[in-house]
Amino acid sequence: MATITDAVESKPKRQVIERAVVRFCGDSGDGMQISGSQFTNTVALYGNDLATFPDFPAEIRAPAGTLPGVSGFQVQFSSSDVYTPGDAVDVLVAMNPAALKMNIKDLKKNEILIVNSDSFGENDLRKAHQATNPLEDHSLDAYRVFPVQLERLTQTALEELGLDAKSMNRCKNFFALGMCYWLYNRSMDHTYRWLDDKFKNKPLLAEANKRAMKAGYSYCEATEAFQVSYEIPPAKLAPGVYRNLSGNQALAMGFVVAAQKAGLQLFLGSYPITPASDILHELSGYKNFGVLTFQAEDEIAAITSAIGAAYSGALAMTTTSGPGMALKTEAMGLAVAVELPIVVCDIQRGGPSTGLPTKTEQADLLQAMFGRNSEAPIPILAPSTPGDCFWIALEASRIALKYMVPVIVLSDGYLANGAEPWRIPNLAEIPQIPVHFVTDPQGFLPYKRDPQTLARPWAIPGTPGLEHRIGGLEKQDVTGNVNYEPLNHEKMVRLRAAKVEAIGQDVPDVVPAGDPDGDLLIIGWGSTYGSITAALKAQRAAGHRIGHVHLRYLNPLPRNLGQVMERYSKVLVPEMNMGQLSMILRAKYLVDAEGYNKIQGQPFKQAELEAKIEEVLSYGAVGTGRNGR
Amino acid sequence: MSATVPVLTKKDFQTDQEVRWCPGCGDYAILSAVQSVFPELGIPREKFVVVSGIGCSSRFPYYMNTFGFHTIHGRAPAVATGIKVAHPELEVWVATGDGDSLSIGGNHTIHMLRRNVGIKVLMFNNRIYGLTKGQYSPTSEFGKKTKSTPFGSGARPFNPLALAIGAETTFVARSVDVMQQHLKETLKKAAAHKGAAYIEILQNCNIFNDGAWQYLTEKDARSEHIVQLEHGKPLIFGKNRDKGIRMNGLDLEVVQLGSGVSEHDLLIHDEQYRNPAYAFLLAKMEEMPGFPTPIGVLRSWNDVPRFEDIMANQVKDVVAKRGAGDIDKLLRSGDTWEVR
Repeated sequence: MATITDAVESKPKRQVIERAVVRFCGDSGDGMQISGSQFTNTVALYGNDLATFPDFPAEIRAPAGTLPGVSGFQVQFSSSDVYTPGDAVDVLVAMNPAALKMNIKDLKKNEILIVNSDSFGENDLRKAHQATNPLEDHSLDAYRVFPVQLERLTQTALEELGLDAKSMNRCKNFFALGMCYWLYNRSMDHTYRWLDDKFKNKPLLAEANKRAMKAGYSYCEATEAFQVSYEIPPAKLAPGVYRNLSGNQALAMGFVVAAQKAGLQLFLGSYPITPASDILHELSGYKNFGVLTFQAEDEIAAITSAIGAAYSGALAMTTTSGPGMALKTEAMGLAVAVELPIVVCDIQRGGPSTGLPTKTEQADLLQAMFGRNSEAPIPILAPSTPGDCFWIALEASRIALKYMVPVIVLSDGYLANGAEPWRIPNLAEIPQIPVHFVTDPQGFLPYKRDPQTLARPWAIPGTPGLEHRIGGLEKQDVTGNVNYEPLNHEKMVRLRAAKVEAIGQDVPDVVPAGDPDGDLLIIGWGSTYGSITAALKAQRAAGHRIGHVHLRYLNPLPRNLGQVMERYSKVLVPEMNMGQLSMILRAKYLVDAEGYNKIQGQPFKQAELEAKIEEVLSYGAVGTGRNGR
Repeated sequence: MSATVPVLTKKDFQTDQEVRWCPGCGDYAILSAVQSVFPELGIPREKFVVVSGIGCSSRFPYYMNTFGFHTIHGRAPAVATGIKVAHPELEVWVATGDGDSLSIGGNHTIHMLRRNVGIKVLMFNNRIYGLTKGQYSPTSEFGKKTKSTPFGSGARPFNPLALAIGAETTFVARSVDVMQQHLKETLKKAAAHKGAAYIEILQNCNIFNDGAWQYLTEKDARSEHIVQLEHGKPLIFGKNRDKGIRMNGLDLEVVQLGSGVSEHDLLIHDEQYRNPAYAFLLAKMEEMPGFPTPIGVLRSWNDVPRFEDIMANQVKDVVAKRGAGDIDKLLRSGDTWEVR
């Protein structure tokens, strides 16, 4: 474990600042995700709060140097709270003209642009559709531009190692990383250790990357190119032991813990799909926790195998994204009908159809709510931050097991790949999840319900005397026998709905962040938490009375939500979709909730939200809010 | 088998639910055979799970007094895989039909078979969609006229057993609804098999495809049109057991016994034969003019590991190698730092 007092050699011109946003961008083969995550882990270890935004193309390797092949990794780190990866960038590292072209608009005026000047030849410019060389045509005059011969300098640093030109060239991202470490006065020790571990069987490559990084660091020192370096002191996070965690890692670990707390075997049925596959990868590595992972032949087998595992007594789950959700709908209906506990994780991405596989969106909410034939209600939970994915996994498992229902978790690409410092919980503080397998044949009936939860008994195969049949045909209440009687059907439809409503007794009342009443209530869900929180803070500081409710439970909704909305003049619902939560709120509460909708495959920027808040607050009161009607 | 298993009878496997197949349906005979065989297996009743998809055949679990799961169309093999992987000690049987198993569930069928999950599939083949009232199925003959193909179907049928063999199924067999004794013997052999078993049961739908197998099953025709496969025995058929099948180059040929041809010249059935060409030849016989349709066990490979055992052993091996997972350590894995 590192301490937060990392030794850094002292330099004369050092400026202490509160926060910075750094973005590495280049070709998808340039190692930008590696540079970004190494930089992130280093600032995390130093004790900064942070948020990251990896943004990469769907193509594994689009043609080198082209616009579609640009990959980026952005991190905001600070000595105070960080809620978003940042709207605009303080330091942009661009490895080629295509990356520069795609990213320059986000760099703040007068801030630092580091470009790999070795890749601005005629060919490179043509591939990026650049008629003129931006390094020469004065289009970058508004920025502090540092053209660095990254390739040549890296080669020079590595020439004694006897590597081929291609291998040497692949180290240039570490040269750029070294420069950033110098710029923010960060130790390279963590990345040294990471390289030693990563290349433990290829020590020459570890050495080459180390030398490249060190050369980048020394280059800044020797040339005094930047004149000033920055220091961002550690943040005042709550005491505890921290690690950096992405949403997908958090979900995977959350389910392992849930299975242990429930005393059940964890079963994952899954089919590879972006951006959910990492959960399958993570859990497949946890075999020593007794985790069974089944890479199925398709999305349907992924969920139906999970239903089979749940039927025989496992904590069963499936992971997917939008197109896979569509394929799983019939099976979700089966899980509703047979009332078995499974957790379905939908890591949302842009759609419809294949859409934007690597970009984020929140447009599967109505699919999760209603996307099955007939009346088939399913509880829905949504994590707010990468770290919250851990807790949502536990809560989804608890609800599924307590109420004998399928549960949907709606994460998204931004949470899945984004990371934040996460305080590691004390395992003993996480409550057990009680599970009861019925064993007594006396009075056993497969659809006899618990009066409080309306859950039916979990009677697993292998239990003597409990032989019984379940299925997708409508069944008689209590006995579970196939039954087509009209009144029984209506009773069963209402019972299944009542069971989901009953979960409301476990959903905590919402307590708005910010002002408890006032001019505006912002209601969000999922990954917009950070942007809304940052915008709320700024707008309240500007004197507005605003509250923020971030819904982790989307079905059923918290029971006091209607009352809370009444305490504000207006309700604004920012979503990365066409207005799905706002549609639900308007339908359920007859409230004039206004949507703010962004469907660009990108998270909200704080500035966008602030502008919208100001706009909404500037309206006349008439007809714009619940109290204003 | 445990000595504590109570003596079970056919009655123990019957439910109180009214059986709702059409009178005269071949499914009754199959149900009766299964209910007769299960109590003879020496397995406690609570260990049995019967899983089905959708279709007439898939109502099967409701009539079996075991654990039963009537799932959705085509997905029974995937649900059954989840059950078997989570609980390898269970005895999991799938009841399915030609539409359920070979059309909508074709993908799950071949993948369950190639993984060698220890599941027994009873595929009721009546060459028609019964529950939806008479459309052509993936095993209907080419040119078949049905409600959905009034001018004849243009699709070549699947040969179910050739498909199963192609998927490297470790136990492949065929039996007939009206041949109770043979069916029961085949079910017992399937039950004794550890890995995946695919059993095609030729079944009559007397409403929508009556007489589909009549040319085989009519009492007088049986001996001429069916050859019963028996491990280690020559392929002989005919009313007077006077015809045989022998190899001729890479092909099979039907020969008349006597006049210089003896049983020693005939093909001796070897259900464990490794070359897939052999099982394919047997599976394709039914399509060859002048050849009888083989019933019995075409293939039985007993040395292929089961998927659920591989999965369970992997967990055991990793636990042995790394030690049982420590969740606290897992949460603290990677780089951590302390804020005081």
